[in-house]
Amino acid sequence: MADRCVPWLVLALVVLSVGFLAWHLRAPYGFILELRGTKLAALICVGAATGAATILFQTVAMNRLLTPGIVGFDALFVLLQTLLVVSLGGVGVAQLPGALRFVVEALVLMAAATALFGVLLRRDASDVTRMILTGVVLGVLLRGLASVVQRMMDPSEFAVVQQAMFASFGRVDVGQLVAAALVLLAALGWAMRMAPALDVAGLGRGTARGLGLNHDRVVMISLMLVAAMISVSTALVGPITFLGLLAASLARHLTDTHRHTVLIPAAALIGALILVAGQFVFERLLGSQSALAVVVELFGGLLFLWLVLRKGKR
Amino acid sequence: MRAAWPLFLAALAGLSLLSLMIGAASLSDGDGGWLLMVSRIPRTAAALLAGAGLALAGVVVQQVVQNRLVEPSLTGTPEAAMLGLLAVTLVAPGMAIAGKMLIAAAAALVGMAGFIALSERVPRSDPMLLPIVGLVYGGILGAIGVWAAWLTDLMQYLGTWQLGEFSGVMIGRYEWLWAVALLAVLLWVVADRITILGLGEAQARSLGLNYTQTRGLGLVIVSVLTALVMVTVGAFPFVGLVAPNLVSRWRGDNLRANLPLIALGGGFLVLAADVIGRVIRYPFEIPAATVFGVFGAAVFLWLLHAAPRRANG
Repeated sequence: MADRCVPWLVLALVVLSVGFLAWHLRAPYGFILELRGTKLAALICVGAATGAATILFQTVAMNRLLTPGIVGFDALFVLLQTLLVVSLGGVGVAQLPGALRFVVEALVLMAAATALFGVLLRRDASDVTRMILTGVVLGVLLRGLASVVQRMMDPSEFAVVQQAMFASFGRVDVGQLVAAALVLLAALGWAMRMAPALDVAGLGRGTARGLGLNHDRVVMISLMLVAAMISVSTALVGPITFLGLLAASLARHLTDTHRHTVLIPAAALIGALILVAGQFVFERLLGSQSALAVVVELFGGLLFLWLVLRKGKR
Repeated sequence: MRAAWPLFLAALAGLSLLSLMIGAASLSDGDGGWLLMVSRIPRTAAALLAGAGLALAGVVVQQVVQNRLVEPSLTGTPEAAMLGLLAVTLVAPGMAIAGKMLIAAAAALVGMAGFIALSERVPRSDPMLLPIVGLVYGGILGAIGVWAAWLTDLMQYLGTWQLGEFSGVMIGRYEWLWAVALLAVLLWVVADRITILGLGEAQARSLGLNYTQTRGLGLVIVSVLTALVMVTVGAFPFVGLVAPNLVSRWRGDNLRANLPLIALGGGFLVLAADVIGRVIRYPFEIPAATVFGVFGAAVFLWLLHAAPRRANG
C-alpha cells in the first residue's frame, strides 16, 4: 500500500504540471511556455526541497512538529546573505554569477546550520518542547539580527539583498534555478541513499547506537542536507514557514510508514503538488498570485495547532 | 536590596536625560527648547509609557494563564488588535483616534478570549507548550491580517503597526499613552486579586475570589494596554516577557511590591532600545522594536535554559 502512493503522486504532479503549462495557451507559444516552464520548475524545486528537508529534520530531531522553517533555517540563510553583501559590498555580490553565488551561500549555510543546530539537537534531545521553543525563539533572534543589519546597510546594497531575498516565482534567475536544481537533486539522491540509516536513526539515539549506527554522523549529514535543501527553497522564493509541516504531515498520513525510501519522495512530491496546485488556483482561477504563501501559512498554522492539541489530549 | 532602588532610579533618570540629548538635530542650534518640547520630551515619555504598559500587560497575562513564558505578543493579542484596526480603516477610515483605539481594544479582547479558550485545552504539565500554541495562534491571526491587507492594498499600513518605533512621536500624537499611567494605578489597586488569580481557579475560588469577574478585569486591562501601545507606536514583542521575568528573578514574586519595578523596568528597556536605535547608525534610526527584538529573544533563550528544570516537568 505504502509503496503504491509514490507512483500516484508522480502521476498527479505530471497531470497538474501539464495543466499548468497548457491552461488557456495561445500565441506566442514559445514565450509563454518558457515563462510558465521556469515558474513550474521553480515551484517544483521549492516544494520538493521543503518537503524532503522537513522529513529529514523531523527524523533527526525526533519530533513531528518541528520543521526547518519553524526553527529558523531560512532566517539563518537570510542573515548569511545579508552579511555576505555587507562584507563583499553590493557591487561585489552583484558581479558574482547567480549560480556561483548560490553555491557559495549554500555551503556557508550548511556549515553554519550544522554547527548551530547540531549543538541544539544534542543538548536538548531529551526535552522536546523546550527544543521547539528554543528553535522558534532562535528563529526570531536570527530574523531580528538580519533586519538590524539590513537597516544599517547602504540603501543601494540593501536593494541587492532585497532582490535576492524576495525573488518571487514571477522572476526566477535561470542560472540560479539550474544550480538550485542540481544541488537539490544531489541532496535528494544522498538522502535516498541514506534512507535505511535514517529509518534506524528515527528510533532514537540510544537504540540506533545499540544497533551499530553512527548516530552523530547521520545527524550531521542530515542537517547538512537539510541546510542545502533549505537554501534551494529560500534562495528561489523566500520563506514559507508551514509548507514543510503540511507536506511532511500529509506524507506520513498518506503513506503510513516509517520507511524513508517512501517518505522522502512522497513528502517531496506532496510539497511540489501543494505549491503547483496552489499557484494554479490562485494565478489562473482567482487572479491574485502572491497570497499563496499566506494561505499556505494559514492552513499550516491551523494544522500545527490541531496536532499540538490532539497530542495534548492523548 | 533596598539600596538597589536608588541606583535603579538613577540609571532611569540618566537614560532619560540621554534620550533627551540624543537625536538627529542638535539641541544647541537655536530652537533647542522648542525641539525638546515638541519632540524629545514626548518621545522619551512615549517610550517609557509604552514599555511600562507592555510590561504590566505581560505580568497580568502571566498570572491569568499561570505561565511565565507567555506574554501579550504570544497570545495573538496584537494581531487581533491589528485586525480590528484594519477593519476600521476599511469601513470607516475617518474615525477619530478614540474610536479606533476602542475598536482595537475590543478586537484585542476577542483575540485574547480565543487564546484563553485555547489555553484551557493545552495540557498544563509542560510549561513550554503554551507559548508555542500562542505563537502559532498569533501567526494564524497575523496571516489573516496580511491576507486581508493584501487584498485591499493596505500592506504598507500594516507595516506601521507591526514594527513599533518612536520616530513619529511628537507633541499631540502620543498623549493617549498617558492612559497607561491610569491603568497602572488601577492595576496596583487590584494587585492582590491578580496574585490570587495566579494560584489557579480552584485555589482562587476557595479563597473567596470572584474568579470569572477578576479574570475578565485582568483581560480587559491587558487588551486596553496592548491596543493603546499598538495604535500609538506599534507592536513590541517580548517586552511583557522580559521585564516581569527579570524583576521576579531579582526580587521574588510579591506582585504588589514588584509592580512599580516591573513598570519602570519595562520603560527602561524600551527607552534603552530606542536610544540604541538612535545611536547605532547615527543620524539614521533603527526602530526600537527591531533592537528590542534581538535583545528580547536573547533574554528569552537565556530564561528558557537557565530556568531550573523541574523534576518530571
